[in-house]
Amino acid sequence: MTDTCNVNVQCSGSCVPGMAKDMLLPQLAVVTAIRTDTPDVKTFRVESVSGQPLFDHMPGQCAMLTLPGYGEAMFSITSSPTQGEYKEFSIKRCGQLTDALHQMEVGQQIGIRGPYGKPFPVDTEFKGKNLLFIAGGIGLAPLHSVIEFVRAHRSDYGHVNILYGSRSAADLVDLGHIQSDWMTEKDTDVYLTIDRPQEGWDGHVGFVPSYLKELAFGPDCTAIICGPPIMIKFVLQALIEMGFDKKQVYTTLELKMKCGIGKCGRCNIGSKFVCKDGPVFRCDEIDELPNEY
Amino acid sequence: MQAVSKKVLDRARELMRDGTVSRVAGWKAGEFFYDCEPALFETEESLKDLVYNRFCAANLSKFLITNDIASVADRGRTLVLLKPCDTYSFNQLLTEHRLSRDNVYILGVGCEGMCDVDRIRALGIKGITGVDESEDGKKLTVRTLYGDGEIDVDGVLVNKCETCKGKAHKIFDELISDNEEEGPRGDRFECVRELESMAPAERFAFWQKELSKCIRCNACRNACPACSCRKCVFDNNASGIASKANTDSFEEKLFHIIRAFHVAGRCTDCGECSRVCPQGIPLHLFNRKYIKDINEFYGEFAAGEEAGQRGPLISFEAGDREPNSVSDKGGD
Amino acid sequence: MAVNGSVKKIRMSDLDRFFSALSLTQKVYLPVEKAGQYDYAPWEPGVSYDPEELHTVKSAKGLFFPQSEDLIKYRREGLSLAIGPVAPEDEEFVVFGVRACDVKGFEVLDRVFLTDPVDTYYKARRDHGTVISVMCPKPEETCFCGTFGIEAEAPGGDVQCFITGEDMLMEALTEKGEALLESVSGVGNTNGDGALLPAADETDLKAAEEVKEAHREIMKKLPLAGLTTEGFGKDADLLTLFDRPEWKELSATCLGCGTCTFVCPTCQCYDIREYDTGRDIRRFRVWDSCMYSDFTMMAHGSPRPEQFQRFRQRFMHKLKYYPDNYEGAFSCVGCGRCLKKCPSSLNIAKVMKKLGGADND
Repeated sequence: MTDTCNVNVQCSGSCVPGMAKDMLLPQLAVVTAIRTDTPDVKTFRVESVSGQPLFDHMPGQCAMLTLPGYGEAMFSITSSPTQGEYKEFSIKRCGQLTDALHQMEVGQQIGIRGPYGKPFPVDTEFKGKNLLFIAGGIGLAPLHSVIEFVRAHRSDYGHVNILYGSRSAADLVDLGHIQSDWMTEKDTDVYLTIDRPQEGWDGHVGFVPSYLKELAFGPDCTAIICGPPIMIKFVLQALIEMGFDKKQVYTTLELKMKCGIGKCGRCNIGSKFVCKDGPVFRCDEIDELPNEY
Repeated sequence: MQAVSKKVLDRARELMRDGTVSRVAGWKAGEFFYDCEPALFETEESLKDLVYNRFCAANLSKFLITNDIASVADRGRTLVLLKPCDTYSFNQLLTEHRLSRDNVYILGVGCEGMCDVDRIRALGIKGITGVDESEDGKKLTVRTLYGDGEIDVDGVLVNKCETCKGKAHKIFDELISDNEEEGPRGDRFECVRELESMAPAERFAFWQKELSKCIRCNACRNACPACSCRKCVFDNNASGIASKANTDSFEEKLFHIIRAFHVAGRCTDCGECSRVCPQGIPLHLFNRKYIKDINEFYGEFAAGEEAGQRGPLISFEAGDREPNSVSDKGGD
Repeated sequence: MAVNGSVKKIRMSDLDRFFSALSLTQKVYLPVEKAGQYDYAPWEPGVSYDPEELHTVKSAKGLFFPQSEDLIKYRREGLSLAIGPVAPEDEEFVVFGVRACDVKGFEVLDRVFLTDPVDTYYKARRDHGTVISVMCPKPEETCFCGTFGIEAEAPGGDVQCFITGEDMLMEALTEKGEALLESVSGVGNTNGDGALLPAADETDLKAAEEVKEAHREIMKKLPLAGLTTEGFGKDADLLTLFDRPEWKELSATCLGCGTCTFVCPTCQCYDIREYDTGRDIRRFRVWDSCMYSDFTMMAHGSPRPEQFQRFRQRFMHKLKYYPDNYEGAFSCVGCGRCLKKCPSSLNIAKVMKKLGGADND
């Protein structure tokens, strides 16, 4: 991690020869595409300025984005490593920095550093398994990367079920792509739901946990969940009732992060750091942690 | 002090036992004899740890609001032990509607001045393990790992006690004191006059030296009863000044000067800021300067003298001085 | 202490000359008094070493992990961005007068900052700094380094020193320390009757042993000498400790200030913030405190909304989480600064007594 600075960074003349490149230094990147997904979610495509790949990542990992004047924040990488050299981030507007991110335009340069965290075990535990993805709202972002990875290595995995819910139809992130690509993927079933009935929606209406119980999936699969904390809690309860073991269930957590490398000391849950030991956790591991997340 | 102390402890127990109060906010014996900590006693049994001695300098008024003790009526009344100077802070918090009077039962406790262990240490006394007060309250026998010695109480008083405002309690439900009539000790504005008499460059150098020690721990602010904002501007990331560290010599002054201006007219000169500062910065000098100026501009005024008073900085009279009088007074 | 060339001695009255000689090539930091308080500052003519002062207000950690340091500067022009890293410190320096507890404090920080991925900024300062420790003269009632297995009579670092009356013995422990002492070997003493740093003889070494022995006796008498780490550390049950009801009572009067954190030699949590100078934006790292309410605050709330949770975090980190992550080592060195400085007189000794082994009470 401390290899000598190879100047991916566009130094303003002050780069010191032989200086070790610190993990805290961002690379220069550019926003090459922006997609408006929902009234408060946009997806940003980020690529390096030099044309070289930014870095390699695995599904579930995160990166720290710098927005000039607003500082840094950690976001889940939404795109799959199989999708190309770019990184995509689906970001919900919910605070100062994300407000400002939503104001960005194509061509804007930003800083990026990463990848951080432990990815989903797509090459090990997930291999050969049936997979059940359960997401709520912007919680689809980290799962999106896994789903695309699985699609790219389709024969390595068993049957895939995707259950995705949001407040309204307009709040389903990247719905067009889900309908055109995921719903037509072989051996894959997609179940969508929204919280309240609305005109023009003839799909399922109801919260994710109750729809999950209705669907009554058998426990012969690995579940991967992400969404608001309250949804995760009820989904986990439902899965246990449906006969799942916590060892079959994975989720990804979020806490405030500053460094991304387990040193700044703020994203810990007990002795584990979300940025380094997570963000992906198996649910039986979470049971051993204090309830402080 | 011992006579008052015993009466205070007994009375606190009685008030708890007879149901007048449901809990006691007082001081608890610490690790050593000198580090008595503010504490909330919820049971009569726990009152065995209650102490009132020469090392109970902490002002419990702020303690009542940081812990929301006095805002919860349905849990019964809280007995709070207040020294004379603490009652000014209490009144000021009442004025600012940060406390509910009905939820608090005030036992005014007599005070002969509190001692500061750092001043004992400053005499070169190390490894202090115990202290005994002489009968007349004038001497302390200090026991240490390296031998015993005797010192004068007067020489080791907490800064705020050296220029005590007087021993009269400004608000109480009940009083245990044998020196209520005693007036002020020393002239608390002498130090301000000293500062005022300095040449600007000399005064600047004085503050530069003091404030450059600041580590931005916020102890002064968090202990200050006048700093009762729900969210401090220095904690607000949107303010642009929430930097957490003094990134330059301007910033270290900025923090303290803004804070002092914000409490001007409301500061009761309780001295907690200087008492808690880990770097021993005499922060109370800012506040005293403003108190002295306010007295000179608008007539004698003591924040917290009584509850409900309108301070001169938040009321207007036709004869008030114009703002430029401040710069005129500041000289060049 | 064996008789060999590596133990030197210097007259206490010649220390200024020692600092002056070292200062020709590098900065020498030592505890310096400023308006009544001691903190580390560079030596300059007129500054003298006070052997009586036990602890600086802030520990020496700031020399390796400064309270505030720039990481990058960047500039935005229209849509483009120019990022310029700030080079890590590469100047040699000496820190003199560090106590055993603070030397161990560096090791606590090393485990965090020097394990992969290495913190370049910290490492640069560690690489370029030489640590000269001095055995503490008179331990105070607040000292409890022994609880963490620290031997105050072997303060460590690159060179360790012992005051034997009029003289100070200097023992090099590392090559770096050896080289440092060697660098002033050609300097003469103030009187002009010999070398500044002659080799110590048998009598000197015996005197040092006597000083150490007397010190050990005092350490045994310290009020906190019996405090143990029993009930904490790697083998303690995390959730049991976390769920102890006493945390609320222990933290009831915590003001939520950062005094304990900022005077602590082992607290290493930091924040990364930005400052727009108008010309460019400086990103800097600053000490942070888990006692502050914004430490874990996110747009949708904080996992530690109450002060007792933040208080618990600080002590769980030192006594349980850190040991879990670093092979049982504790993140406290018993320097006692928090015992002296907490405005509410809360501290780790009280926590350990309340929650720890039966012998602690």
